[in-house]
Amino acid sequence: MDFSTLQDFYTYTKGIAYVLIVLTLIGMAGFWLYLTDQENDDEE
Amino acid sequence: MFKLSDVINRSLLTPFNIIAGIILFIGLIITALRFTGGLAAVTNLSDYNPWGLWIGFDLLCGVALAAGGYVTSAAVYIFGMKKYHSAVRPAILTGFLGYALVVLALNYDVGRPWRLPYPFAVQAGTTSVLFEVGACVLLYLVVLFIEFTPAASEWLGLKRARNLVVRLTMLLTILGVILSTLHQSSLGALFLIAPSKLHPLWYSQYIPVFFFISSIIAGLSMVIFEGTLTHRYFAEKMDEAHLREKEDVVFGFGKAASFVLAAYFAVKVFGIAMDDNWRYLSTSYGAWFLVELLGFVALPCLLYAAGVREKNIRLIKWAAAWTVLGIVVNRFNVCLVAFNWHLPSSERYFPSWMEIGLSIFIVTVGVVAFKFIVTTMPVLYEHPSYKTPHP
Amino acid sequence: MSVSRRGFLAWMGAAGITALGSQAGATPRHFKGYPQSLCVLHDITLCIGCRSCEAGCNKVNELPPPAVPFTDLSVLDKKRRTTAKTYTVVNKTAASGQEKKPIFFKTQCNHCLEPACASACFVRAFTKTKEGSVTYDASVCVGCRYCMIACPFEIPTYEYEEPLTPRIMKCTFCHPRVTKGLLPGCVEACPTEALSFGKREDMLKLARERINKYPGRYVDHIYGETEMGGTSWLYLSGVPFRNLGMREDLGTTPAPELTSGALATVPMVAALWPVLLTGIYALSKRREKILSGDKQNALAQAVAEANAKSQAALTAAMDKAKREKEEAVQKAVKAALEQSAKKTQEQ
Repeated sequence: MDFSTLQDFYTYTKGIAYVLIVLTLIGMAGFWLYLTDQENDDEE
Repeated sequence: MFKLSDVINRSLLTPFNIIAGIILFIGLIITALRFTGGLAAVTNLSDYNPWGLWIGFDLLCGVALAAGGYVTSAAVYIFGMKKYHSAVRPAILTGFLGYALVVLALNYDVGRPWRLPYPFAVQAGTTSVLFEVGACVLLYLVVLFIEFTPAASEWLGLKRARNLVVRLTMLLTILGVILSTLHQSSLGALFLIAPSKLHPLWYSQYIPVFFFISSIIAGLSMVIFEGTLTHRYFAEKMDEAHLREKEDVVFGFGKAASFVLAAYFAVKVFGIAMDDNWRYLSTSYGAWFLVELLGFVALPCLLYAAGVREKNIRLIKWAAAWTVLGIVVNRFNVCLVAFNWHLPSSERYFPSWMEIGLSIFIVTVGVVAFKFIVTTMPVLYEHPSYKTPHP
Repeated sequence: MSVSRRGFLAWMGAAGITALGSQAGATPRHFKGYPQSLCVLHDITLCIGCRSCEAGCNKVNELPPPAVPFTDLSVLDKKRRTTAKTYTVVNKTAASGQEKKPIFFKTQCNHCLEPACASACFVRAFTKTKEGSVTYDASVCVGCRYCMIACPFEIPTYEYEEPLTPRIMKCTFCHPRVTKGLLPGCVEACPTEALSFGKREDMLKLARERINKYPGRYVDHIYGETEMGGTSWLYLSGVPFRNLGMREDLGTTPAPELTSGALATVPMVAALWPVLLTGIYALSKRREKILSGDKQNALAQAVAEANAKSQAALTAAMDKAKREKEEAVQKAVKAALEQSAKKTQEQ
């Protein structure tokens, strides 16, 4: 993709970044729950 | 009748000692060649490739893999996780030996090693990231040495020295975290000055963040990995507390490593997004980048997670070994593979046998020192005169 | 050491005034470089590839004699770069353009306005002088070779064969000569007008004039005007610079700016980490205290409950024993009374 101005470039990249931020926050929270939740059924 | 040959035959000629001896001997030969024939006699370095295996492995990997010292002491003394206490001394020892060996390796690599103090004693190039790396590595080596002295003091019976240093623990730990944050990130920042020489998938304004976060991962994984080896070969030296806490360390550090690896993955993706470098992923370098990101970041993250959830110690230990390898792959990628990617293959670098030999020599020196210290000083066990009450 | 309140305020005041005095204001800084800085304009269209500049450089800098004499032009058939024995090299590109003539051009240190080597060197071995030359001081060099990593033009070379006294080798801009008003060795030796020497503003004007006068002859770009923030060697070419192997993707950001962001965070970490880490320590200590406090409370409560329980059981047992004793006594009395009543009846 060709950008003529720095402003256009930043608008594009930071827009994607904000979406990734939201996905990351949700993902990390979920991953933490996954990590701390023990497989209780399998424990003797 | 007492015969010297009996003693030698019986106690010194172990397989370990023989192999280590051969490696040390070869190392001494390479040392002689380096200081009589220059770097040209020993390395494949060139004007296009001024930094090779000794910087890529001995410096970059050495510093990253010695990070267990600050990570473990931070966990125990700053975050208050007392159940990992038995892991502190081995981690500090590994850290101290690691950094000492980095300095040893630098004495081979730089042109005039006796001038290594010059940036601090003669003329300071404060605009240089390397200046900051040097200053922090030097100070941190001193911190690690001081943090190690209690073990030596207990062995030598120097009670007052030992108690004085133990009182300084909080200060030393905080200083250690500050210095480590600075130099771990700055080793990556070294490459910020060469955007035209580092492949876009590895060059990023975030290189300092990449190196710092991956140093935490390296530290956590090395403590698990090296703890596994120590338990295998030095179990008779480990006291009850160490043996009991071993599993807690593996699970606790494995869980932390998994979480930090997930964050590191996100951070790497952000690096691509912020510079709009997605299109490079479909190139051959892109394929190799994906091998690093998926095979050596995402995969160990999930292996650690599975091991923690299923209480599978063996899986966590293999994940740790794989992660350590991944750190080496990353440092090699930045310094040797992605660096000079624009040059024709005739100008690319590959280490010489002697460069590899010297790196093995330096690691062997570390292993021999580690073995000696761990079998004579209270690192894997608590000295009877200084036993701390355990919950 | 204790400081009185008055002493502390006086000290802070002095520090504050000093800081205010040294501040230049909040406007972004702009550095124009040394005025009167010297420069070479290399007009590639005028280079005939005679290698006289290489010979001149070798002589003036007392470099070792070359393996192949400078008059031998067959070396131009291979791409060459600077080496520890040659500060400058002439290269030849394949024949191109309408006249099918090969193009020759000279490569050497560009003596950048903001040199990457100077920025990277941790012992300040490189200096951008006011004359424009970027000089190297071998008396402090440690031999770390970071300058070689940093240089975007891949110019500095190293004496790898020297075991104890290896130096970085690169073009000096004939600094000792230009400070005396002489020409650099290469400029003096050049038989054509491929190399012009003068102040940088003048060389830029000269280059602009040539482009304007002969627009068909030159690519409309002065290489080195803005590359890496500007260099003291400027180039004019008749073909795109990338065809000559001169990189057009270096950007205009000066090298010091590439690392200044990362270096700027160092004092922040040094200042803030102690607060952050001490805070975490305090929080974890407090949590531990509360937990152990809770534990103690729970323990005390359990002990109290157990005490109360056992006390109650004891009281109950004692009452029961008392009752049973009374019952037994009453029973015995009753039995005795019945016995005596029976005995009386029998009599």
